[in-house]
Amino acid sequence: MADFFLYITVVFLIFMSVSAICYKTNLIKIVIALNIAASAVNLFFITLAYRSDSTAPIFTLAPALKDLKMVLPSPQALILTNIVIGFATSALMLTVAVLTYRNNGTLDIRKLKGVEDNE
Amino acid sequence: MSKHIPAFIITIPLLLAFLLPVIGRSAPRLRNLLALVALGMVNILIFSLIPEVFIHGKTIFYAFGAADPLMAVPEGLDFPVRILLKIDSFAMILAIVVGIVSLSSFLFSIDFIEEDSRKNYYTIIFFLLVAGLFGMSFTNDLFNFFVFLELASISGGALVSFVTFKKSPPYAGFKYLLVSTLASTLFLVGVALCYAQYGSFNMNYINSVLNHSLLDKLALIFILAALAFKAGAVPMHMWIPDTYSEAPAPITIMLKTTGLICLGVLFKVSFSLFGNPVPGIVNGINHLTLGWIIIILGVLSMFVGVTMALVQHDVKRLMAYHSVSQTGYILLGVGVGVAVYTKADGGAAFKAFGSMAMAGGIFHFINNAFYKSLLFLTSGVMEKRFGTRDLNSMIGMAHRDTFTTVIFMIGALAISGIPPFNGFASKLLIYESVYKFHPLLAIIAMFVSVMTLASFMKVFYSAFLGPRREDLIVDKRKLPMGMGLGMLILAVLVVLLGLFPDLVINNLVGPAISGLVNIR
Repeated sequence: MADFFLYITVVFLIFMSVSAICYKTNLIKIVIALNIAASAVNLFFITLAYRSDSTAPIFTLAPALKDLKMVLPSPQALILTNIVIGFATSALMLTVAVLTYRNNGTLDIRKLKGVEDNE
Repeated sequence: MSKHIPAFIITIPLLLAFLLPVIGRSAPRLRNLLALVALGMVNILIFSLIPEVFIHGKTIFYAFGAADPLMAVPEGLDFPVRILLKIDSFAMILAIVVGIVSLSSFLFSIDFIEEDSRKNYYTIIFFLLVAGLFGMSFTNDLFNFFVFLELASISGGALVSFVTFKKSPPYAGFKYLLVSTLASTLFLVGVALCYAQYGSFNMNYINSVLNHSLLDKLALIFILAALAFKAGAVPMHMWIPDTYSEAPAPITIMLKTTGLICLGVLFKVSFSLFGNPVPGIVNGINHLTLGWIIIILGVLSMFVGVTMALVQHDVKRLMAYHSVSQTGYILLGVGVGVAVYTKADGGAAFKAFGSMAMAGGIFHFINNAFYKSLLFLTSGVMEKRFGTRDLNSMIGMAHRDTFTTVIFMIGALAISGIPPFNGFASKLLIYESVYKFHPLLAIIAMFVSVMTLASFMKVFYSAFLGPRREDLIVDKRKLPMGMGLGMLILAVLVVLLGLFPDLVINNLVGPAISGLVNIR
């Protein structure tokens, strides 16, 4: 049952982050929204890997107990990768947002709209 | 040694990315030479795989870190556990495109990007992007694909905003990063849905145990939407003109190649991952519906892209809208192939016209990569000569620069589908086969082709023809050799592919289709 609420949380977080990307006008807030989406996917992977009453997937623990259950190891490695990638992306996006502010004097996408954009 | 070639193709650019700037601090010319040699070597490595893959029809699996890297499944197990590269004929086509385009892009950027302290950073990020693209085209592991996609996205976003002191490029870089991060997050949700059921990320393994449940369909939607987003099919195309026009010209063609590789992986996903169903599955993934979705995306891209391009007067925005429109042709051709290949008639429709439509689509994929890159490079020359991208303040460039004029004509005639250039060959295949599927689609495709010609005539007339106006030309130097050579490689390929299309279709495209499609 706990799984069910976690899955609902994942859907809620992704929904929240996509709606924030659609409706927020500040560049920094959009970066935060993307981070929320990345966290939601991480939570999804962790929830998939979780088995109740189980231990950490460490090799030396394996032979000690016959009916030992372990959580799945590969999703943990994957979300570690995903966290690093998310860090790199948000660092670069914030850098670019700073440059945008320096050159245009605003972070509001409604004001940035007309920059050299000859439709 | 020779069995490690697939790994070398990815690792040479990756290692070089961090080696080159060290050399570049003291000797920039040596750095450029070394980079060119490395890119040439990667191309030679790719071409050395051609006999094995295309002529003998073998599929090479390469397992990273295994004692015997060529053994895909370890002994005693019946599923693959390591990260696998799969070099089949379709992946080879993607890799050939990436290799040639990145070589000409780097040749062009030697003289296009001015030599200063920032050029070193440019080289680092450029080679990371190339490594990401090779990884994307070879990998057979869904999570590994995500990692390479992010590598390409991050380096692409950094390169879009390379001209940091101008007003718009940083904002364009932000847009590119936003779109690609959102797309890859959605892609990861789809991958997680696959993993939840089958406990593996390997495409071949998932395909062999696929049970076509509701979760599979959800995963297909997420992956399809994410890849179409990156490729720039029409409802998701709004970021393309903004980012393509602000990036420096050699980077624009790398971004275009990133989009094309995502398109190629979209086809890989619809055939190698969710396709080729085992008989006896009821209520499985309906390939007729999937094919129609891809076709409608394609037709919309073609039409909206070209109509938006007609009204532009910024030359790079115009070409960016054309790249949306050309993406539509590829989607249309391959979409017809997807739509007919698991019909109840046992593959008769696929044999009759489906495989021809796919051949047209995949051949157009190769052609489009070459002539579109060519046009973007000429737009870079125009931008440098006139100091602006506005077509209204360009005139009479043919007096100053005959070479670029000829190159531009080759590209413009190829994109409009005029014989004897390569666009004609692939577009004719698409018209003929799509007409048998649904006549209206072929008529729309021809109409779009006419509008493409009209739009490029506009560019040619206003920028190249007209009186000699020396006062408008900012950059009066002779065309540097690197820029000329970069364009020449692509132009020669455009002409050669147009003169000998049957050679390419029989030897490269045909095996690629039989590698993708497996009618059971």
